[in-house]
Amino acid sequence: MRWRDPVLLIVLLLAAWQLLYLAVGDVALSSPARTFRVVTAMLGDPRFLPHVQETLLAFVQGFAIALAIGLLLGLTLGANRLSGEVAEPILVALYSIPKVTLYPVILLVFGIGMPAKVAFGAIHGIVPISLFVMNAVRNISPVYLRTARVLRLSPVETAWKILLRAALPEIVTGIRVGFSLTLIGTILGEMFGAQRGLGFLLMQAMSLHEMERIMSLTLLLVVFASSVNAGLLALERRLA
Amino acid sequence: MSLPGLIRAGVIVFLVGMLELLCRTGVIPSITAIPPSAMAEALFGILASGKFTQDITVTLRNVSIAIACAMVAGIALGTALQSLPAVRRIFDPLFATYYAVPMYAFYPLLIVVLGLGDLPQIAIGFLLAVVAVLLNTLNGLDRVPRVLLKTAQVHRLGPVRTALKVRLPFAAPYIFTGFKLAVAYSFIGVIGAEFITSNRGIGYEIAFAYNNFDNRVMYPMILLVLVVVISVNMSLHHWEKRLLERRRR
Repeated sequence: MRWRDPVLLIVLLLAAWQLLYLAVGDVALSSPARTFRVVTAMLGDPRFLPHVQETLLAFVQGFAIALAIGLLLGLTLGANRLSGEVAEPILVALYSIPKVTLYPVILLVFGIGMPAKVAFGAIHGIVPISLFVMNAVRNISPVYLRTARVLRLSPVETAWKILLRAALPEIVTGIRVGFSLTLIGTILGEMFGAQRGLGFLLMQAMSLHEMERIMSLTLLLVVFASSVNAGLLALERRLA
Repeated sequence: MSLPGLIRAGVIVFLVGMLELLCRTGVIPSITAIPPSAMAEALFGILASGKFTQDITVTLRNVSIAIACAMVAGIALGTALQSLPAVRRIFDPLFATYYAVPMYAFYPLLIVVLGLGDLPQIAIGFLLAVVAVLLNTLNGLDRVPRVLLKTAQVHRLGPVRTALKVRLPFAAPYIFTGFKLAVAYSFIGVIGAEFITSNRGIGYEIAFAYNNFDNRVMYPMILLVLVVVISVNMSLHHWEKRLLERRRR
């Protein structure tokens, strides 16, 4: 019965979409059936795949950077009380600013192209990952840390053998949040000053007023983001 | 000031000072960035000249509308869902994946549906904020002690009065956390949407200045956004701390 509710939810959302379509008509919305047909056609179109590859490539690089820096920062700040207290309000402030306003700065530093997209995706992901990892490490029982000291583990060994493992469930939460934010950052980065990628296609479809394409691209992104999120959520529940 | 606070101030002063130095010595060319002192000076000039007063007012107004709508809708929906567990179970997966969905991907759609006015920006801010309010309302309502509900029953309060007099007041600190998030998300949503496509607002002016390589406008406006958002969030954070401390007593 675990699957009943999600399936019901999807049916409900599709019904709401269809009803909205019947209410506002072809000009403003494309119907679910038509959108699915356009998605299938798009996925079979050889001109479409390079855009997907471009976005995926930017996203994977950005996410890898966000993971590496976020984990390193989170572990360090979590293990060292004072530096954690110094950095936390700064990180929270960074989390709450509309990062899109910083995009021109990124473009000026990196120039238009792949590096700017990767950097923009990464800065979206770094902050939440480090915040979650920091709090996870702080909540580790002090007994583990004392044991590490008794066993004379080096800082790197302590991080790898104790901190990472003890804090794993919360770290997965951080990775899940970081995943979605990095994706948002990458897509946003493609919406301005890019010639390729899904974000670029979205902006192009918007300026050409192609409702079907806008909705198909949005649908693809939503399905991709929610399925990865659901997978990570299931992993989180198994670890907890 | 506490020791971490002092170090934090020191770190920030050091970073700003480094940026100032790198810009003044030309290591960072002026086409890339202008020194922080010049940013602040230009910002005062802009604010005094009143050139962007209308944009600033429009943005702040749209953010406020988005927050207000998100609060009303979030609390109402949260209260309703909490009393309907079967419906809530169906929507749980939606809330769990809600913030994974790139909300800006809906912006083109919203522009086509709502037109190119202020509405699409408000809608993005609202959509980002409303679920945070809803989830925190649910969280607070879930924690109302049974004894309070029984007392309400003894006093023969109806479901609406129980919600208004007992459940929502108890959940207030949790709802405040939702409010704090709603403020941050509404700013992110509205200014981000203005930046993508719009015809006025702070985000629009930043994008416009960028497209014209006008760093003397772009950087001060970015600074303005940072200062406004960070000070609003910090004062809310302090207020929340005080609220929680009062409850603990």
